[in-house]
Amino acid sequence: MSEPLIEVEHLTMRFGGLVAVDDVSFAAQSRQITAIIGPNGAGKTTVFNCITGFYKPTIGRLTLSGGERKYLLERMLGHEIGQRAKVARTFQNIRLFSGMTVLENLMVAQHNKLMRASGWSVYGLLGLRRFTRAEEAAIGLARTWLERIGLVGDADRLAGELPYGAQRRLEIARAMCTEPRLLCLDEPAAGLNPRESAELNQLLVSIRDVDGTGVLLIEHDMSVVMNISNHIVVLDYGRKIAEGAPAEIQRDPAVIRAYLGTDEEALDG
Amino acid sequence: MRVRLPSILKDAALTAFVAAALGIFIVGFRTVDVGSRTGLSFDYQLADLAVAVGAIFVGRIGLSLAAAGLRWPVVALGAAMMAVGASPLQLPSGFLHWFVALGGVMLVIRGIWPWARGTLAAAASTPSGVLLGQAGAKWFGWLLLAAAVLLPFTPAADQKTMDLAVLILTYVMLGWGLNIVVGLAGLLDLGYVAFYAVGAYAYALLSTQHGLGFWTVLPLAGMMAALFGIVLGFPVLRLRGDYLAIVTLGFGEIIRLVLLNWVDFTNGPAGIGSIPGPTLFGAVFAETAPAGKRTVSEMLGITFDGNHRLIFLYYIILMLALITNLFTQRMRRLPVGRAWEALREDETACRALGINPTNTKLTAFAIGAMFAGFAGSFFAAKQRFISPESFAFIESAIILAIVVLGGMGSQIGVVLAAVLLIGLPEWFRDLGNYRMLAFGLAMVLIMVFRPRGLIADREPSVRLHPAGSGAGP
Repeated sequence: MSEPLIEVEHLTMRFGGLVAVDDVSFAAQSRQITAIIGPNGAGKTTVFNCITGFYKPTIGRLTLSGGERKYLLERMLGHEIGQRAKVARTFQNIRLFSGMTVLENLMVAQHNKLMRASGWSVYGLLGLRRFTRAEEAAIGLARTWLERIGLVGDADRLAGELPYGAQRRLEIARAMCTEPRLLCLDEPAAGLNPRESAELNQLLVSIRDVDGTGVLLIEHDMSVVMNISNHIVVLDYGRKIAEGAPAEIQRDPAVIRAYLGTDEEALDG
Repeated sequence: MRVRLPSILKDAALTAFVAAALGIFIVGFRTVDVGSRTGLSFDYQLADLAVAVGAIFVGRIGLSLAAAGLRWPVVALGAAMMAVGASPLQLPSGFLHWFVALGGVMLVIRGIWPWARGTLAAAASTPSGVLLGQAGAKWFGWLLLAAAVLLPFTPAADQKTMDLAVLILTYVMLGWGLNIVVGLAGLLDLGYVAFYAVGAYAYALLSTQHGLGFWTVLPLAGMMAALFGIVLGFPVLRLRGDYLAIVTLGFGEIIRLVLLNWVDFTNGPAGIGSIPGPTLFGAVFAETAPAGKRTVSEMLGITFDGNHRLIFLYYIILMLALITNLFTQRMRRLPVGRAWEALREDETACRALGINPTNTKLTAFAIGAMFAGFAGSFFAAKQRFISPESFAFIESAIILAIVVLGGMGSQIGVVLAAVLLIGLPEWFRDLGNYRMLAFGLAMVLIMVFRPRGLIADREPSVRLHPAGSGAGP
């Protein structure tokens, strides 16, 4: 197997006396969807918050390989992880810029690229060609993503006015507009109906296969997890209790006991 | 809705009773000093009270009828009250005439309000109405600008008007500057006047002690204020919301107290006087020029007029304000401007997208401070005397009120709010003691009818489909 895209080693996160994540290690590859599952409170979102710099891990190393370079995420400031290591994320409760339009949301995602092109606003203020060209390119990228999520007609509407399912898709498109190496999705299928879930599956598969981005996914909806993920990591009470391909996880007795009780049917979802 | 007269009368009687019970101690009688022997005695003003309570009784009936949807009886009642107020009938005091008449006016407005609003909304939704609205929104700003440029040449431009216009434009510029910080970046700054003070003292000190001219100091003052903005902002901008507001409030007071107490440097409460005014190509605005200089009237070969200086100041502040506006409009369409607005919407999401929140806030803070610095040095050059008194908290509050009242982030809204907030108290001077009362009433009415500010619409910084192309909503 090739070098992993992100390697999580001995990740531990303590909040006072509470150990939210306890010595978790796993790896995720690019061009693969790696799902993290587990019951509520298992520490899935805490792992995400450590990877994306919202928490500083108590112990552990998070190595992201990007081309020639390696980034030690636990040593980087929150925004640097998005800016330099190119890790993007979405949130469990949608966090769009709801007072801004759909297109503006996707433009803000391309901030760092456009800031460089606008010469930290100097070229932009002077209206130089090099900036206007970069801006046209950014609008082009945004348009491509709007076509992929089917929101071209809504580009100039406020993001907060969109229906719930469209907001979920837009948040993923916004994260993808940062052109990330690793995309972390925190329960993207929460609150979606079966049809929307199926569309989401297609979108995630195309992100994996067409864009070649590594996807890290927290999800409760087993129809999403079992259909599209290549690799599954199971957490319970902050510990990793199993890891493997979907078929193995479905059979794993520890997973069935800890996470699903005794009802084996639910795994087939 | 069916009108039930007994319940309306009962309601009106109850209201009148409450008004009478409250008013009897305030309006009904007062104590007068009748001399040392008998002490105090009462002076009854029950007639005043009766008229006021009567007006309240009628007004309440009108409001109930209006709530029941009866238009014409309400208008008739209102008209009757206006007639009583305006009639030569001897009411006990002059104020009661005003009270009754104003009550009538408000009743008439209340009566026709639902109908007027419906008609206006219907007119605005017809095709020609939509076109007119779009054209109005597009041209309104240009019309205001044309009016502002031509103002000094109109017959209305006497000294009083020009003074007021310069004052309003100063606040427009400050409002536009603060709009970057509060309206776009969403950072509640209660100490904005501190940067205004930095600009003003920068010019006052550099001109009186080092002999530098206005145009040399103007950029320096802006830079100095921006520097102060960065120095303050760096530790403070990691705070959010209320905490930021409190720290900026404190900073504003600190600057004022330093100006007040550092007597060697700032001359303390006595202030700095005889600050030179701005020059036009090196020529001064005065009847006789100081040694080595010449006056503008000599240079242009026109006779001296005190108003020339005022008109010159007017155009300077108009230009400075327009620069502020153009700069802000431009920045809003650049990545940094969109990042400001994104920070206002959701800072956490911004961080996840790789935007550095501290740097982005700092640019907003520094640029806002810079424009306050420009405005400050203009203020010093206009007043020719400054003291710490000019930079009290109330100034920050007024500027913030202009931004909030105008509609956060709206440029035209700031102009309208500045005209209202600075202009109204001046125009209401004829009302004497009731001036601030009328001002407060105007504020309350704006907040009731336009709770999100005068102009709450937001124009997107970038569009995929041209406006009004039919795509989207």
